[in-house]
Amino acid sequence: MIRQSSIINRQYSIKKVSLFIQCLVDIMFPEVGKAMVQIFDKLGIPVSCPVDQTCCGQSAFNSGYRDEAKVAARRYVEIFKDADYIVCPSGSCTMMVRRHYPELFHNDQKWLKHISHVSSKTFELTEFLVDVMEVEDLGACFNGKITYHDSCHTLRGLEISEQPRKLINKVKGVELIEMKDSDRCCGFGGAFSVKYPEISTAILKDKVTNIVNSGADVVVGCDIGCLMNIQGMLCRMGSPIKTMHIAQLLAGV
Amino acid sequence: MVEIKTEKYKEEAGRALKDQVLQYALADFQERLSTAADIAYRNLPEGPDLRFKAHDMRMQAIKNLDILLEIFAEKVRQNGGHIFFAEDGQTAVSYCLKVARKHNVKQVVKGKSMVTEEIGLNTSLMAAGIEVTETDLGEYIVQLAGEHPSHIIAPAIHKTRKEIGQLFSEKLGIPYTNDPPSLTRAARKALREKFLAADMGISGCNLACAETGHITTVSNEGNIRMATTLSKVHVVFMGMERIVAGLEDYDVLFRLLSRAAAGQNMATYVSYIGGPRSDDQVDGPEEIHIIVLDNGRTRILADEEFREMLCCLRCAACLNVCPVYGKIGGHSYGFPYSGPLGAVLTPLLIGVNRAKDLCLGETLCGACKQACPVDIDIPRMLLGLRAKLAEGDPGWNVTQNNRSEKAMYKVWSWLIGSRRLYDLSLRLIGILQKFLPKKDGMIRWLPFPFNGWTMSRDMKPIAEKSFIQGRRKVKN
Repeated sequence: MIRQSSIINRQYSIKKVSLFIQCLVDIMFPEVGKAMVQIFDKLGIPVSCPVDQTCCGQSAFNSGYRDEAKVAARRYVEIFKDADYIVCPSGSCTMMVRRHYPELFHNDQKWLKHISHVSSKTFELTEFLVDVMEVEDLGACFNGKITYHDSCHTLRGLEISEQPRKLINKVKGVELIEMKDSDRCCGFGGAFSVKYPEISTAILKDKVTNIVNSGADVVVGCDIGCLMNIQGMLCRMGSPIKTMHIAQLLAGV
Repeated sequence: MVEIKTEKYKEEAGRALKDQVLQYALADFQERLSTAADIAYRNLPEGPDLRFKAHDMRMQAIKNLDILLEIFAEKVRQNGGHIFFAEDGQTAVSYCLKVARKHNVKQVVKGKSMVTEEIGLNTSLMAAGIEVTETDLGEYIVQLAGEHPSHIIAPAIHKTRKEIGQLFSEKLGIPYTNDPPSLTRAARKALREKFLAADMGISGCNLACAETGHITTVSNEGNIRMATTLSKVHVVFMGMERIVAGLEDYDVLFRLLSRAAAGQNMATYVSYIGGPRSDDQVDGPEEIHIIVLDNGRTRILADEEFREMLCCLRCAACLNVCPVYGKIGGHSYGFPYSGPLGAVLTPLLIGVNRAKDLCLGETLCGACKQACPVDIDIPRMLLGLRAKLAEGDPGWNVTQNNRSEKAMYKVWSWLIGSRRLYDLSLRLIGILQKFLPKKDGMIRWLPFPFNGWTMSRDMKPIAEKSFIQGRRKVKN
């Protein structure tokens, strides 16, 4: 209880955060969105969640459909233009907004200006907590052994690696075990996973083997796409190992 | 002509995935080399960020390619060498054959060269009745087996010691052994005879220096030095992008190349070849010909989006970290350039539609960019190629790859443009998914085009109420 109140009593200069909810979280893992709200509730920061948001357009962009991805990008700007801080539970979607949105409009000065303004205010959850808010201890508790999977876009796209580990290490009761090759791709790759399922499966098998060999009870990550992929195989194998988005871990008390 | 099998990507990948020996070799090899390169980068006195400086150096050279090539050609001539600019592979091969005929060449020894693989030189030489011997040990093994290299710097990575032992026993007439030193000795003995008998040496070129007119090769076996100095004629094949302005750039680029390729501070043999033997020299070729190959590179140079690909040093560091290459091996790519660099370069050289699986069949994990000694943004270019496939591009002769997928994304863009329509489609999916087979709340089977997922994975059904739907009643 003391741990909790110390967080709540701290004063943050941030007045409000807007949640940008990855489409997969929205439609398949709403519990992750709820955990995001709980985290900011704990921190005493008001949360806004625009209910018109849909998808960042990454799937279209990665498959080459740039005009369609632009529809998503323009919509994103419209919805979030007045936000101070936009926080997303996905490194991949954050990378789409921060890096690829400006690329999409590099020939359109008017939109590029709008886009750059909004994309520079967009943060992945753990980098927002650790780098912007300078919080590492969220007063969360979890009893068990955890291993952390570095999602490719979170790690190599946004260079986020220490932030989630700092947050996990501060969760009471957690033992963080590093798996072998945590930085190696899980084989998801969006449409790749269904277009080239044999290759995707072979890559995923290595990831799952490394998770199993780590001896962890739970694999935690910052991107639900990868976790969905990993969960898919763990379930098929009948493994007791669970997947958990980092927001769920941090929201837990 | 080089054999192109890029259309068989899926089929070949499927075969590679079932090959347990290959799977073991690839995993072991990737782990060793990627770790070695990573440590070598970190031990650079300037730190791993030297890669960014090298990137700028290469881009600078690429931007000034026309001027640098002109200076280089002039220097080569001054040094007593011959230089020939070949627009395509056929022209390059014809020139080489002309030189061979002039000198009545019967036997050729070759140093490892990717660009000669790109234009299928060996086949053309052999068709002209010339015996060609690859002298890099890996290439030699592959050639004896009648195969193609499956990795840029480790061409025979797909073969086991046992297979090589059997091959040598059969082709070199030695008693069977799988002992690497014994096998290497056998190859060395056989190759020595070839070196001494050859009338022409052919090599590639890692970098060429405009300032001095040198071409430079690196190797760890010394075979390239033998191939280029023992015969009376030396023919160099170089891609037109291999050029740097001055020797100062060599320092940075060769240190990075050696680290990236093999985790070495510097390759064992670095040869600077500046022309034929002069009167006061005791060895070296009497004639040297440098063939500068375009073969589609000017088109890449002209396109700002893909120009960066010409910075590539062919070190194969990206192959050593790529999760896809690590599973399917080099042969699946159907062209001499495999792995992430091949996934960009091959479509640009031979046609994007023809090599579509190469650029679509990657996870975009970005490990290649991080491992690249000159920090080439391969994922960015893979995305660029995918955009060409999605929409078609007359400039690159690309036709639209999949009309129904385009239509699907069009519909998708309408749906995400309106939360109301989006919610309606979610409700529809919610109804449809009720009919799918499930176990413990997870979907066990999905229909086309998502069936690939459930081949090996379960799928969580969509929630009864999405997060956003749940937030509607909360005042924002």
